[in-house]
Amino acid sequence: MSRARTAGFHVTGTALAVLFLLPMLWTLYSSVHSRRAADGGPGWGLDNYERLADYGSGVGAYLANTLVVAVVAVAVTVVATTLGGYALARLRFPGHNLLFIVTLAILMVPYTTILVPLYILLGWIGLQNSLVGLGLVLAMFQLPFGLFMMRSSFEALPRELEEAALIDGCTPGSALWRVLLRGVLPGVVTVGLFSFLAAWNEFVAPLIFLTDGAKFTLPVALFNLQSGSLGSVDFEALQAGVVTSALPCVVVFLLLQRHYVRGFTSGALKG
Amino acid sequence: MATVTRARPRTPTPRTAPPDRRRPTIARARRRLGILYASPMALLVVVLFVVPLALMVWMSVNHWPLLGASSPNGVENYSALRDPLFLRAIVFTLKYTAVTTVVLGLVAFGLALLVQETRPGVGAYRTALFLPSVVGLASTSLLFYGLFNTEASPLNELVDFLGLGPVDWLGSTDNALASTVGMITWRFAGFYMLILMTGLQSIDPVLYEAARADGANRWQILWRVTLPLLRPTLALTMVLSLTGSLLAFDQFFILTGGRHETATVVISIYREAFLSQDLGRAAAVSVAILAVLIVVNGAQLRLLRRGR
Repeated sequence: MSRARTAGFHVTGTALAVLFLLPMLWTLYSSVHSRRAADGGPGWGLDNYERLADYGSGVGAYLANTLVVAVVAVAVTVVATTLGGYALARLRFPGHNLLFIVTLAILMVPYTTILVPLYILLGWIGLQNSLVGLGLVLAMFQLPFGLFMMRSSFEALPRELEEAALIDGCTPGSALWRVLLRGVLPGVVTVGLFSFLAAWNEFVAPLIFLTDGAKFTLPVALFNLQSGSLGSVDFEALQAGVVTSALPCVVVFLLLQRHYVRGFTSGALKG
Repeated sequence: MATVTRARPRTPTPRTAPPDRRRPTIARARRRLGILYASPMALLVVVLFVVPLALMVWMSVNHWPLLGASSPNGVENYSALRDPLFLRAIVFTLKYTAVTTVVLGLVAFGLALLVQETRPGVGAYRTALFLPSVVGLASTSLLFYGLFNTEASPLNELVDFLGLGPVDWLGSTDNALASTVGMITWRFAGFYMLILMTGLQSIDPVLYEAARADGANRWQILWRVTLPLLRPTLALTMVLSLTGSLLAFDQFFILTGGRHETATVVISIYREAFLSQDLGRAAAVSVAILAVLIVVNGAQLRLLRRGR
């Protein structure tokens, strides 16, 4: 009975795993093996990637743009929420409740609805059509999760740790850098990971904010590759593009999987 | 400390005086440091969230072309809410949201039940089922665009093999809806599975044992023990799924471009703003959606809290 159930579990599990992995494996396969993959002919080869590399401003430029946006978003999210999380967990200051509530309210506001006023606002402060401006906006959307995560990370550290550092001559500021940061590092990695995946994959915001084709991020450039040439879509190059865009996320996720699951189990997603 | 000072008001001894003077300065230093450390976040929140929110409301009562000067025009922009195209987008979005939430919820719950127990090999299944969730929604849509439109894709070969003839996956409203729901389920099931799994694992196993001891069968345990205790987690997944579907953009923008009457509410905001180049009307629609979603989410969160 029990053995039969175990077998049933593995058969179901394997079948579902194959079903879920199949679309990705197909893309990977058809990006290197298709009717135009090898020297313009059918077979195995990297022709699809070469055509992708030559598309528009070149896939390298789009990758670099996406990387700039992701780095800005991750850096700003991590710095702002680490400092803010410490301030809210340990330093009482006027308005700390208001700040916490307003930051969490970002979650309540459907983010696509404020993209139109953000478009105007970025124009006013000279950040329209700017990768940095886009990175800042994407960082803002990550603040609620990041703040929640970092605040609870700091609260989970024993108070004695900080007190010991203060007795040993640290100021509250240097205690953060020298002692506490090491304790909340898992939280920092989790926030950085979520922020990276969100920024790297974002589609609507760059579609609206970036007007100069040379500044497009990879998802927008790939969308143009798909929609720009109506009737004659280069499906093979498109699949190569999907692989290029998805691979970094899959690799980063597999490396930091533990931290991703931590984001769920920490309760930060449980409301 | 206060009683000490009150007891000896006129003779403050030098012993108690230093702490009395030092406390406030430390507290003040910590306050100042708190303000300093919170300021980058506060700046981001104010400039990129609070100001745009206010600006959105202001824009909605102005004639605001994409290029050129703006001028107040009262509630004229709100007539966009009566536009037949917009009403059609609302109906389609609601239909999509209902179907997605049900299908995705059931599939994710089934997966969560499958992988909740810790047993050999389960980690690999969890990873495999979750992996689609790290691929961006835009990339997913482009991937499936290829899957639907390439003759040699496994999907079309399967349909061919079954003798069902070529299927135009995105060629009509119903086909596009079904295909998109299928794709979204593939993309998000693992994500919701993980949330539901966390909820399932937090249920005390003693409760299951007690139910079994009382002679409950598996269905009774599912309905009487698991589901009621899972209510907060279920409510959370509902909020996430409803909000996500009501704001659907990437999937339809990429798969159909809104053709065959598959324009969603957000696609119609986008069209209003950047094709009709009327940001005022786009802002008016945004304000309306924001109001509706705050009410919906507020109601759901209350449900979530009552479940606790």
